[in-house]
Amino acid sequence: MIVRVLLFASYADALGASELSLDLPAGARVLDVLTHVKALASGKRLPERPMVAVNQRYARDDQAVTAADEVAIIPPVAGG
Amino acid sequence: MRTAIVDRAIDGCALLEEVARHHNGATVLFVGTVREVNDGAAVSGLDYSAYTGMAEKELAAIVAEAADRCHTPDIVVEHRIGALALGEASVAIAVAHPHRGEAYEASRYIIEELKKRLPVWKREHYVDGRSEWVQNAEAEMGNRKLEIGASEA
Repeated sequence: MIVRVLLFASYADALGASELSLDLPAGARVLDVLTHVKALASGKRLPERPMVAVNQRYARDDQAVTAADEVAIIPPVAGG
Repeated sequence: MRTAIVDRAIDGCALLEEVARHHNGATVLFVGTVREVNDGAAVSGLDYSAYTGMAEKELAAIVAEAADRCHTPDIVVEHRIGALALGEASVAIAVAHPHRGEAYEASRYIIEELKKRLPVWKREHYVDGRSEWVQNAEAEMGNRKLEIGASEA
């Protein structure tokens, strides 16, 4: 399945893209998304365990993802 | 209650009017502004960006929590994104309550949670021409807390 992954701010700069399309096996979880992104040449610049949101809510590593989900890797925030 | 991510100047006085009710005896307005020095570097301006859809949801959730904890619906919060100059407001929080204690408490809760959780990012531009992404000191701690909270859910 193809999963859309959004990138922002310093992570978009690090990977040179604001969006990725990953081909993941059915049943993939958040941790699998991170493993795939970090396997990319530019993905090694991400920290060990970045925060992830699924459908605009913070998600834990074992949350399942589907092709219909909006997945985002969230850099350390700086609001306020 | 009203929350918004905006790309225009924030008018704190308008927020004060929006939360005014005759049963409220205390109104607190917090305004966060762009500071000229951060970590010893002279700042010339900055750019805020956001994961807008999620930021809107998260900001609404934080304000709903504050309203619940402090027993007042009279809260309005705006966070600005885009290019901001020194002294401009990046965030404003207006809270009104019959009594001051709860008004201060809700205001403080909202700014502290927002600094940990709101998916908004800041790129600072410095007088010497450099620029870099900066993060809140609260962000890492907030992330860990969020992860712990999520794994307990």
